[in-house]
Amino acid sequence: MTDAAKLTFHVPEPELRPGDTPDFSHVTIPQAGSVRRPEVDEHPQEIRDLAFSIIRVLDREGRAVGPWAGTLSDAELVEGLRHMMTLRIFDNRMMTAQRQGKTSFYMQHLGEEAVACAFRKALDPGDMNFPTYRQAGLLIAGGYPMSKMMCQIYSNEADPLKGRQLPVLYSARDHGFFSVSGNLATQFIQAVGWAMASAISGDTRIAAGWIGDGSTAESDFHAALVFASTYKAPVILNIVNNQWAISTFQGIARGDAGTFAARGHGFGIPSLRVDGNDYLAVHAVAKWAAERARRNLGPTLVEYVTYRAGGHSTSDDPSAYRPKAESEAWPLGDPVLRLKAHLIATGAWSDERHTQAEAEIRAEVIAAQKEAEKIGTLHTGRHPSPREMFEDVYAEMPPHLLRQRHETGF
Amino acid sequence: MPKCRRTSCASATRRGSDMARMTMVEAIRDAHDVAMGRDDKVVVFGEDVGYFGGVFRCTAGLQAKYGPSRCFDAPISESGIVGAAVGMAAYGLKPCVEIQFADYMYPAYDQIVSEAARLRYRSAGEFTCPIVIRMPTGGGIFGGQTHSQSPEALFTHVAGLKTVVPSNPQDAKGLLLAAIDDPDPVIFLEPKRLYNGPFDGHHDRPVESWKTSPLSEVEEGWCPIPLGRANVVREGGDLTVLAYGTMVHVALAAVAESGTDAEVIDLRTLIPLDVDAIVASVRRTGRCLIVHEATLTSGFGAELAALVQRNCFWHLEAPVLRVAGWDTPYPHAQEWHYFPGPARIVENIRAVMEA
Ligand SMILES: Cc1ncc(C[n+]2csc(CCOP(=O)(O)OP(=O)(O)O)c2C)c(N)n1
Ligand SMILES: [Mg+2]
Repeated sequence: MTDAAKLTFHVPEPELRPGDTPDFSHVTIPQAGSVRRPEVDEHPQEIRDLAFSIIRVLDREGRAVGPWAGTLSDAELVEGLRHMMTLRIFDNRMMTAQRQGKTSFYMQHLGEEAVACAFRKALDPGDMNFPTYRQAGLLIAGGYPMSKMMCQIYSNEADPLKGRQLPVLYSARDHGFFSVSGNLATQFIQAVGWAMASAISGDTRIAAGWIGDGSTAESDFHAALVFASTYKAPVILNIVNNQWAISTFQGIARGDAGTFAARGHGFGIPSLRVDGNDYLAVHAVAKWAAERARRNLGPTLVEYVTYRAGGHSTSDDPSAYRPKAESEAWPLGDPVLRLKAHLIATGAWSDERHTQAEAEIRAEVIAAQKEAEKIGTLHTGRHPSPREMFEDVYAEMPPHLLRQRHETGF
Repeated sequence: MPKCRRTSCASATRRGSDMARMTMVEAIRDAHDVAMGRDDKVVVFGEDVGYFGGVFRCTAGLQAKYGPSRCFDAPISESGIVGAAVGMAAYGLKPCVEIQFADYMYPAYDQIVSEAARLRYRSAGEFTCPIVIRMPTGGGIFGGQTHSQSPEALFTHVAGLKTVVPSNPQDAKGLLLAAIDDPDPVIFLEPKRLYNGPFDGHHDRPVESWKTSPLSEVEEGWCPIPLGRANVVREGGDLTVLAYGTMVHVALAAVAESGTDAEVIDLRTLIPLDVDAIVASVRRTGRCLIVHEATLTSGFGAELAALVQRNCFWHLEAPVLRVAGWDTPYPHAQEWHYFPGPARIVENIRAVMEA
């Protein structure tokens, strides 16, 4: 005891802080096409290596290579590109709208567009997502009307959520999009519950849960893994590792060793790590996991390796905690540019078509915005009646709430 | 001019060079700094609390000054944050942890209620839990239902917890120092709408800054304000208004607008509660209005109303009334219809006066 060395306390630190020059040259990025594609029913023990690599399809030259390539046609890829471009332009307009005081708050997806946009295309109608606030790509790629999203952001009279919810916490049941909670991680176990219900009911539909790297620290994340593994629930458990949780780098949630995907191993859940900025890879892995779920083989854990290129939200300034140029140095590149390069390489796309598409999409987004703003923004135009504030607390309004509503005079 | 009396950190004799002007954020930061400098058992952690210094910047500079063993980032796990704090306290440290928003304390509720609050009792004093759990509360920032809640009643209902709600920079510093020094777990609720300036509920008027308020004159160094002492922020004889946090400022504005000579009491700590101050005032005025932003039903106002009727029944000339948030989740667009602003308070002051 007496000659025991003094213990020391360990706190993980990111390698780079403001002022440092970003350099990711020591980060090993597996070559596109180099990771095998196992059969969906392969034993989880046999595919543990997939949690420590990165499944990639698009190589540096924009070619689609390896066993995970080929899940989408050129036409589908062009559509996917348009979805990502739409999300980016949508974000851009809404960031500006927030700065102009048209709403209180906004959260963008810059750099992460491929994840939700490509994933959405691997699901079937009727499947249900339990998203976080950073999966609006599911709505855009699912054809949800942009003007409706903007009405929610503006809390105006046409807001489907009646002005009650913070901007971007959408809910769209018919689009397989569960009501987004402001409380992190709660949805992860709920996705498992939905999937269990589908199995209990002898249904064919599957669920997808979503969570950020930082939020995997919550107990609900672990509850989801236990339930999913115990009941072999038909669910895809998605971890979007965008490297940051507000100002906190991913190492605080992950520790210094292992990967987020590898968390699944303790639960015997097949766990894959995929290049989240590679539209083709995301889609292929999502397809693989969806097939497992649909064939009653149980859950899959997927970690999408990506990078949050923008601030956490409109309330955040990342230059206070990470180097300004970090996102440009990020080795997995930009998902839009990578898919664009691929489509140009295959001859399905061109710079001219891209420029033209950008103009068309911008016009569509602006048209949707005009439509929404005609109704109102947070502080102008028409809003849900304050009466709405008392509705939906219960199915039937109890007397005390009736009394309170009466007191307001509405 | 309203008659004003204040008892706080700043004692009349010590005014001068040892005072500094601070916002509430700065005062909270300063309290941490003083407590950490004085006692190396004080450790500070929470989500984004370390390098960045907290999303509201209440811990900015502490990691640089005291090192990452004393001030560090926590994983996003509120149960983890409080559970770890309980363990550290069992070891003998004095953790002061931050929950990023009170709305996110629910995952920690088991650790708070079943563990922190009861540790002393269930171990017959063998283990204790001198921890502080800070969290921003209240609305007024268009934060929607997950950045606006006032869950104080969920804490005051729990035996073993102390609950503090400061309303200005002076009190924030002094009360936080006392909370950190306290041998038991203290829930420290920081009205986020007051972080950078007072707010009287008139959301359509220009934002005010603490810099021009005398309440931003904060004593330097160690200056605890004992828990359990209310502050009469306005003396008056017509009725007693009980408030805490943001609502102190809103109540003062409403009193001025109502033209009544009300006494306004800032409770500052809910548990332990300064019952004597409340009773003395209501026995004198014979009328009492209670104001809080939290939802009405089973809110802390219900406890206050029961205490007032029990202790002041024969002095009351009117029923005790409450103004509070409606019994709904906190809405986004309808924020100012939800918030119990000056107009609603004036209406209720009239009702208490006319009864
Ligand atoms: C239970 C809970 N705790 C804390 C917060 C505050 N908060 C909102 S987002 C966030 C960071 C989440 O990071 P991550 O999970 O990596 O998702 P990302 O924002 O990167 O998509 C935090 C701490 C919250 N919303 N809910
Ligand atoms: Mg993240």
